[in-house]
Order: sequence, then structure tokens, then C-alpha cells
Amino acid sequence: MTRYAMVIDMRICVGCGDCVTACKTENQMPDGLTRDWVVERTSGVYPNLSTEFRSERCNHCSHATCVYVCPTGASHYWRDTNIVLVDEGMCTGCKACIASCPYDARLIMHPEGYVDKCTFCHHRVEKGLDPACVSTCPTHCMYFGVLDDPASKVSTLLRTRNYKTLLQETGNQPNVYYLT
Amino acid sequence: MDNKGQQSFKPVSWDEAFDFIAARMKRVAADHGPEKVALFSHGSGGGHFKHLLKAFGSNSYVAPSFAQCRGAREVAFKLTYGEGVGSPDRTDMEHSRCIVLIGSHIGENLHNSQVQTFAAALHNKVKLITVDPRFSVPAGKSDHWLPIKPGTDIALLLAWMHVLIQEDLYDREYVTRYTHGFSALKEHVQHLTPEWAYPITTIPAAQIRETARVMAANAPATLIHPGRHVAWYGDDTQRLRAVAILNALLGSWGRPGGYYMQEKVNLPNYPVPKYPKITAKVQDANKGKYPEAYAGVSTAMFDASIGPDALYKAWIVYGTNLPITVPGVAGRMQEAVDSLDLIVAIDIQPSEVTGYADVILPECTYLERYDTLRNAAEQTPNLALRMPAFKPKYDSKPGWWIAKQLGERLGLGDYFPWKDYQEVLDWQLQKVGSSLAEMQKIGVKVFPRKSPLYFTDGADIEFDTPTGKIELYSTKLAKLGFDPLPNYTAHQEPPPGYYRLNYGRTPAHTFGRTQNNRYLFEIMPENVVWVHPTVAREWGLGNGRYVRLKNQDGIESNRIRVRVTERIRPDSVFMAHGFGHTSKGLRLANGRGADDTALITNVLHDPIMGSSGMRANFVTFLEGEV
Repeated sequence: MTRYAMVIDMRICVGCGDCVTACKTENQMPDGLTRDWVVERTSGVYPNLSTEFRSERCNHCSHATCVYVCPTGASHYWRDTNIVLVDEGMCTGCKACIASCPYDARLIMHPEGYVDKCTFCHHRVEKGLDPACVSTCPTHCMYFGVLDDPASKVSTLLRTRNYKTLLQETGNQPNVYYLT
Repeated sequence: MDNKGQQSFKPVSWDEAFDFIAARMKRVAADHGPEKVALFSHGSGGGHFKHLLKAFGSNSYVAPSFAQCRGAREVAFKLTYGEGVGSPDRTDMEHSRCIVLIGSHIGENLHNSQVQTFAAALHNKVKLITVDPRFSVPAGKSDHWLPIKPGTDIALLLAWMHVLIQEDLYDREYVTRYTHGFSALKEHVQHLTPEWAYPITTIPAAQIRETARVMAANAPATLIHPGRHVAWYGDDTQRLRAVAILNALLGSWGRPGGYYMQEKVNLPNYPVPKYPKITAKVQDANKGKYPEAYAGVSTAMFDASIGPDALYKAWIVYGTNLPITVPGVAGRMQEAVDSLDLIVAIDIQPSEVTGYADVILPECTYLERYDTLRNAAEQTPNLALRMPAFKPKYDSKPGWWIAKQLGERLGLGDYFPWKDYQEVLDWQLQKVGSSLAEMQKIGVKVFPRKSPLYFTDGADIEFDTPTGKIELYSTKLAKLGFDPLPNYTAHQEPPPGYYRLNYGRTPAHTFGRTQNNRYLFEIMPENVVWVHPTVAREWGLGNGRYVRLKNQDGIESNRIRVRVTERIRPDSVFMAHGFGHTSKGLRLANGRGADDTALITNVLHDPIMGSSGMRANFVTFLEGEV
């Protein structure tokens, strides 16, 4: 399995939401639905504070519970990668994947009757491009690449910087990394 | 048109609209003089209407970017260095080793190129010092956050100067070679110690000393950022003078990581007849005030448009939504309507101001038109082309076409000797070795620099100031009777039960212009008012609950949701600017959130250049509402 990863440098991210709009226009999302979102978390008491901005989306887990629970096979890995896609035609809208996703990364329902989610812009990845969110980010705080290649930017960053992933304890092995 | 602020209008043909406007403009010119036609302009298409106005015989144009935004900064830097910061800002952030932001929330303010260079500085692990009463986005990325009491920045700046001089941390060679008035400055700040500044600013003396040392250790690659929207307290030129002086002590002007020297492309103008000679000045509106206002002051022009002896009789308003852009005018729009013979609004959407216009000329959006070439002075001289991505929708038209049609009806056709603006662009581009065809392919063309980007070490430099030096002590201000060295003056405090209204930008939206854009609306459909938890407890305000605000003059806001957060001081509240639209034509944005500008009724005009200080307004919560 080729593992694609997204690495986001929270020290640089300003939480502007360009990633959200980029995704929305690139993937022509209907009104009210987005495949990615920005979380702001502030901790501490004035004036001893810290704020973290996280651009979140599907983690394209190496052990994706949504793929295992899908009764119809609509949720699947794209080719031999960790990119999780939903086959619109096979999805019956049963929502098992929504319940099983620890990241709430699946949209409730596309108006056309299937569960929608981030695709890591695989249609761009197969042309050698970055996902729309990564290529748009005005602060260049997002990176995308192949984790199995030790020379890739994402591998180098994870080797040299401190990072975290979200809800590691689920064992899903998420592939969106946050540099701290 | 019913122009009482209602968005009711009757569609007419372009011909009928142009004939009506031209007849009114001619009548104003015949009865009162052509300079009585004034232009409010903001945006890249404004140049076409400035050209039209000058051909018509009027110099009466203003942009809110002066008095409502960066004018005080430009004036302060001109007084000190003989030239302004300019736009885009000549800040060399990619090469800075230390950046000091004072009330400037880059990242929330998403000026794209500025954010990119700021992010580059973060990637380079710049030492970041942020002075802000609010825990802003850059405050959260800072090595040092100084949560200053609002309105006391000058005290902090003076104390920093004190430390740099007292501890001999300033750039002695630079100061000796290039500046005027150091000994006066030294004496001026001698007693303005960090201990003096502490009770004023609430920043501990040790922190003031420590941050001054960080600045000095990284100088001259230390940028004391000049900010952009600096119209705060009415002593803005003096505050920005203090910023300019601090940069001079660190030797950062003209040095890598500080302020670079700008250069633009030497682009000729398309040949047109000479403009008629105009004796009236836009400064006439200032009635003898604001001696350093080198550009028009929008509030003064507004005031001078009302009454029987008004200086202006007609307005062309290009892309400037006056009621939510210029403070203190929202309640007086009808007075202006009643006084003026003509108001023409040129806009891409039914902004509030279009409701007051006699004629609305619908311009197509920037994605549907050619504009003048962008030729901004930057590190690298470059030209950028704006070209249509698709055809204009509905019956909207590009600004250049509107200006030309009006010009022809005013008998000024000679000033518009082109069928299509592409001819102008191609002519200009050919003159600098490019062409429209080339630019349509590449979009942006970079030209080699002819002048140095930074000062050459040890070179003698003549500054465009009265002494030819960087004026730490401003001989010009002394002559005009203003403080030649900046002084701290205390500003008004909130009355009991009131909180200082701070406002700012939010990344999703640009001014009050984009709230009705579908995509941006979805990211941020309305603003929220930031409230500290202790204040929220006192008033019983829950997170997400709607409240209304009332200011010190009894002006009430639209409903706005409360955001309870530790990121704000208990003496202030904060909201993003540009919301609370009332135009029913803005179908998404209408009625969503609150308008900060409407709550800014106490405007503190800077006596030096007329900027509109907006931060002496205080709000309280209206209970039992909504």
C-alpha cells in the first residue's frame, strides 16, 4: 500500500479557511457542505494563552474503520493506497461509516443521496498535483506526499519536527499529521 | 430613483442613464464650476474615473485608504524619512530576524502578499513580538506577546527608545550618519523609563527592557512594522512617528529585513490631451485644517458636501460603500442626498450606498473586465494584467467603458481616444518591451531592478526632508506648531459598564465588500462580539447568544452573537468589521451580524493630517433583547 500523508504546520497556520474554500470550489460542493474545516482551540487564562489552528478533514487512515464497516463496499481504498473514497453508486446512505468515523469527517449526506467526504483530491494527485487545499494555502503550511519515500518532504518533516495526530488511541492510524 | 436609502430603482438603458448624468454634471459645472463634482473611489477601476474627473476639470477625489486607513503612517514616514511606506508595504519580512507588530493582526488581515511574506518570516523562525490588547492570531505565534492597555502604544514606544538609548543598544553609526535631532530625542526620552510606562501600558518594565534587547540583538534586520489601518486615536501621526523613529534607532530603514527601497516600472501613459488647469484643491474641503494632508480627507469632503454653501454639488461614488466605510456618516447620508444635485454610484452589487444614489451604474466584477495595469513599487519591478476570465453577466459593464461613455457625452471624447481599453494596455506594454498578447499568456511580467534594493554600506544619502536627514526631530512639525518629538497623551477611558469597541479584519472577508459572496458567506456568515469570561458572567451572556450593543451616544447595533473567549481583555470587546448590512439587495448578508462603523460615532480627527481615529468608542450590552 502506498501511503499518502498530509502534514500541516500549526506554527504557521493562521486559520484563514482558504483550504475550505479551495476544496469547496475544486470539488463543487453544494451549499452548506464542506469536506474540510478549521478548528481553533485556545487554552489558558488571559494573558497566559495559546491558540492552535487545525485544518481538519478525513485522515485517510491506514486502518479505516469506515471501510471495514461499510456493508456495500462503497467505502474503499483507492487503488493500492490509503486514500479512502466512496463509490456514489454503491452507497445506500446507511450512515454506518458516519458512526464509525472517529473524526466526524464524513458529510451527513450529499443532496444526491450518498455520503460524501475528502478524497485527498485523488483526481489531482494522479496528475502529480497537490490537493486543492494544499496548493492554495497562502502561508504554505500544508504539505502532501508519499510517506514511504524517505526523501519526500512529508517524511523529512516528520523525521525532524515534533508532531501529533488526532485520536491516535483509536488505532485507525491516521495520515494527517500536525506539526507542533 | 427613490434615493432615501431604499434599494428601489427603475431599470433604464445605459444611454438614458449617461444622458441624465451628463446633463446634471454639465449643469453643476455651469452653475458652480466643474471642481464641484467630487469622486469617492476605492479599487483598481477607480483610475478611469479619476481620469474622467481631471478631464472634466476637477481634482476633487478622495479614497478612504488615506483618512480611514494608512494616511497617518504615510505622513509620519514622509516627515521622518522624506518618503512614505507606500502600498504594497515596503516591509522586508522574508529577511527579518525580528518583527514587531503593534495592533497589526496579519493573518486575520489576509492581505495576500503580506501574509505570504509574514509566513515566510515564520518559516525562517523570526523573533516575533506582538503588541495587542487581544490575543490575536500573530500574538499566538509570538515569542513575546505584550497585552497592552488600549490607547497607550506611544508610551511603550517611548520607553523602548529610552532603553535603546540608555543601554547604548541603538545603531550609533547609522544614527550619526543619517539622522537629525538625536540629542533632542535622547533628552526627550531620558525620563520615559519602562517603570514610567508600566502603569500606563500595564506592560511590566522587565518585559519592555527584554523586548528592546531582542530588537537590538537582531538589528538592523528588525522590522517595527508600520501597520496599515492606523486611524485609531487622533494622535496617529505622532504614534507612527514614534514607530518611524524606533526603526531609525535600529537602523532598519533601507536595510535587509527592515524596509527596502521600492522600484516600479517606468510605464508611459497613453497620450491624451493635457488636462485643463484646475486651481481648486481637494484640501479646500479641510477648511484650513490638516496641513500635512497630501491627499483628500473623505470625512472633510463629506462634511463639505452638505448645506447651502457646500463646496461640492455632485458625487461619483466608485466602489466605496460610504455608510459602512467612513465613520460618522451613516446617520447623515440623507442630509447629503438632500444637499447634492447628483449622486452616481458605480458598484458591482447593491451596497448600502447605492440606495442613496440618483443613478446606479452596475459595473461588472474584476473577473469580467480589463483594468489599468498594476504597476506597484516593490522589491522587483513588475507589471500585472487584469483580464476577463469570462464575459460580463447581466447588463453590467467594465469601468473603462462606463468612464469613456460618460466622457463622450460630456464632450471629452478626446480624452478617451480608444475603442477598446485593450488598445491602451497594448500601447503601454509595447513601450516597455511587452505586449497585451504576451501578458494575456503570462499575467505578470518581472523587470530587472535599476536601483539598489537597500542602502549601500557607508553611502551618503540625501533624504527628502528639510534637513536632508532622517528627522528624529521633525523640523516641519516644529514649524507647524505640532510636537516635533512624539508625546504620550492619555486617551478617554470607558465609562462604567461600557467596554472599548475594538474592531478588525477577518480572513474570509475584505472590508464590507464580500459578505454577500456565497462561498465566503458560508465560511463566515456573520460576525461575533468577543467578550471576556468575567464580563460574560457579569452580564449573564452565554456563548453564542444574540445581544445588541449600544454605544456612548445611544446608537444601537443589530443583533450579534456573543463569543466568550479568554483572547480579549476584560476592558474591551472586539468584532470583525464589515457586517450588519442593511441593503435588502444583499440577499445573504442583509441583517447578518453587527456594523462596527455605525457604532463609531466619536471620531478623533488627527490635527496633522485629518485621519479618522475610530477607537474612542465604547459599548454596553442591551439586555432582554432579541
